[in-house]
Amino acid sequence: MLARMLAKLVLKSRQVKKIVNHEVKLFPAIACRNRLSTSRLVDANEDVPRFAGCRSKFTNKLQFIEPDLKEGIPVYRVMNRSGKVQDQSEDPQLSQEIVTKMYKDMTLLNSMDQILYDSQRQGRISFYMTSYGEEGAQIGSAAALNPQDLIFGQYREAGVFLWRGFTLDEVMDQCYGTEDDKGKGKQMPVHFGSPQLHFVTISSPLATQMPQAAGAAYAYKRAKNGLCVCCYFGEGAASEGDAHAAFNFAATLKCPVIFICRNNGFAISTPTADQYKGDGVASRGEGYGMNTIRVDGNDIFAMYNATRAARELCVNEGRPVLIEAMTYRVGDHSTSDDSTVYRLKDEVKAIAAEDNPIHRLRLYMEDKGWWSQKQEDEWRLESRKKIIQAFSKAERKKKPNPEELFLDVYKELPKHLADQMTSMKDHVNRYREHYPVDNFKSF
Amino acid sequence: MAPIQKLTDPLRKIVKGISLTSSLLKFQKRFSECRMSLAYTRRYSTSFSYVSSKVPDNAGEIKRMNLCQALTSAMDVALTEDPTTLVFGEDVAFGGVFRCTVGLKDKYGSDRVFNTPLCEQGIAGFAIGAACAGARVIAEMQFADYIFPAFDQIVNEAAKYRYRSGGQFDCGRLTIRSPCGAVGHGAVYHSQSPEAFFAHVPGLKIVIPRGPIQAKGLLLSCIEDDNPCIFFEPKILYRSAIEEVPIGRFLLPLSQAEVLIEGNDVTLVGWGTQVHVLQEVAKMAEEHLKVSCEVIDLRTILPWDSETVAKSVSKTGRLIISHEAPVTLGFASEIASKIQEECFLNLECPIQRVCGYDTPFPHVFEPFYLPDKWKCFEAVKKAVNY
Repeated sequence: MLARMLAKLVLKSRQVKKIVNHEVKLFPAIACRNRLSTSRLVDANEDVPRFAGCRSKFTNKLQFIEPDLKEGIPVYRVMNRSGKVQDQSEDPQLSQEIVTKMYKDMTLLNSMDQILYDSQRQGRISFYMTSYGEEGAQIGSAAALNPQDLIFGQYREAGVFLWRGFTLDEVMDQCYGTEDDKGKGKQMPVHFGSPQLHFVTISSPLATQMPQAAGAAYAYKRAKNGLCVCCYFGEGAASEGDAHAAFNFAATLKCPVIFICRNNGFAISTPTADQYKGDGVASRGEGYGMNTIRVDGNDIFAMYNATRAARELCVNEGRPVLIEAMTYRVGDHSTSDDSTVYRLKDEVKAIAAEDNPIHRLRLYMEDKGWWSQKQEDEWRLESRKKIIQAFSKAERKKKPNPEELFLDVYKELPKHLADQMTSMKDHVNRYREHYPVDNFKSF
Repeated sequence: MAPIQKLTDPLRKIVKGISLTSSLLKFQKRFSECRMSLAYTRRYSTSFSYVSSKVPDNAGEIKRMNLCQALTSAMDVALTEDPTTLVFGEDVAFGGVFRCTVGLKDKYGSDRVFNTPLCEQGIAGFAIGAACAGARVIAEMQFADYIFPAFDQIVNEAAKYRYRSGGQFDCGRLTIRSPCGAVGHGAVYHSQSPEAFFAHVPGLKIVIPRGPIQAKGLLLSCIEDDNPCIFFEPKILYRSAIEEVPIGRFLLPLSQAEVLIEGNDVTLVGWGTQVHVLQEVAKMAEEHLKVSCEVIDLRTILPWDSETVAKSVSKTGRLIISHEAPVTLGFASEIASKIQEECFLNLECPIQRVCGYDTPFPHVFEPFYLPDKWKCFEAVKKAVNY
């Protein structure tokens, strides 16, 4: 028995040797790595490290790696701030129709943000988070994905929803928690989700979606459906343990997932200087063995190109990619935050005016003769009208039946929950005048 | 979160170098040493005699299995029946530090049975995502003591996935298995019974078997259930509990307690290893006190079967609940308050909880810490003499 096992092992090591030699010939650059992972195959006289855990050479020089001395990873961009393509070969050559949709979705998102932000200020919805300044990073990346690629988000990705076809009614139903909300009014506003659009429902705990995205990508790869998974998160969330878990799992288990970090300079009030000491989030990618790129997040074409290339790597080579989109959070963190407490209003205004993803694409389009002031005025008016219509419609709707409170805890309704539901209904019926029953579908 | 494993760490290291003859021999030697040391140390743990379960009707072909083998058999069935099924965790590829996944990688391939990096929050998150994207997932946490880094993923994510999306997304195809409970010498971080932490979380199912037949039937039910399940395995039974287990697909219902011994004077409720302690206590009570005890294995902690317990207590009028976990806010508290609510007029004495003390789980004091048969026996005396 033992002898047979040994014979098998010897045979296996021979096969490994053969494969390694073959690969070394084909890709000399990875020779070092292969030598390391099968260290026993190395010539015994060769003085190279044989540690299983690294792929290094020896050095006799005592030298620490000094990250502070290194230049940061460069920021990839296609258009400059005036909307001029710098290197024509990098222009994705998108059709007028696609570019117009990109622009319209960015501005629709912008108008929607303004109206919903104000409505929260008037106490009409309980909470809201705007996307000001990050419209390009969201829509540029979304446009490069297959519409069926599964997306996991953080919460500042409303533009991705709009790009995929989430309707204004759906936005408003969720924010108001109406009877038509597919989420049944269970989560705070902005926690959108849609199986039809392949966007997994948003949840508040930061970074939890990251290892989940890796797991979903693994399942997609095994299903051989030709799709990948895309996961958005902020640079603050990247400090969570789940981000580390996600990067490491995705790399070791070869998951076709694109991690898109929206590095907008702030996590609520915390500036990046208090968030990390290294070169942003992108510099971590290499440490996990992931293909990584840093992109100008205010350049919608750079985001598009990077995401499209990342998608190809994911799907064709079955490996994760990290994209760090550099941008700036122009708005407050949320409606529960006043950002002037920790940063200067004028500074924000200046940054937003100088570098704005919407403005940049508009200049590009005007250059091509695809957009004019007249179209701009008409579209702004039309989009505002659409938003206000959907808004008023949702405001008039009833909330779901309070029975919903007990449903979907489990797939089935367990006995103890059925009892609690009955008890709640009996109680409310007895004390009706003390509950807002008229705003809800009756039970 | 590196688990310090006196027994298993040498195994891990040795297995990495298995291609060398000497290592292979060493592996076999050390493996048998580990087994010996288990047997040696067991003398210090609570004494209990394992009581086999009855072979179920219509079980089909059966085979003698210990608890580990029964679990392997359940996973084997799950991997055969659904090609999307995945089994993963720390060290599961070579068969697991407790040998519960032996042979599965060779049979089903390394893309279905695989090691993950050493990171419990990652395992849970990865598992939720894979389940959400259509895979059936059996994830392993090496010890229940190390499930806490995954607490956020389990409590805030897995448990609330279906609810928060209005039923649009779920991770119901997820099962997390984890060894739990006293083992004789596991001390602070290889002995815990964390079921009560999870019992406070709507959306989860929590299941604990008492032996091989139960383990197979209940684990398969968890795997096939459409809700995220946590399956805690009393590790002291892994090798010591052996019985005739159905080899094919075989399910036992969740949320259903089982009356193991019928009696009229006192109801004893427990789960996992403690069920065997309670069965012995019932015998002792019969023999020495002429007291007839009804013994119930709760099996599912959440959602639990209060009806079976209430029915029993309505008959006996006395209830003792026993678990290894600390007493304050242990699951016995929930059972006690629910039963006093349901059976107030039937109760003839206060409900008693015989549990671990409110301390961390100690090393050399384990025999004094555990709610052993003598502590339970004393409770029966108190109940009938009240």
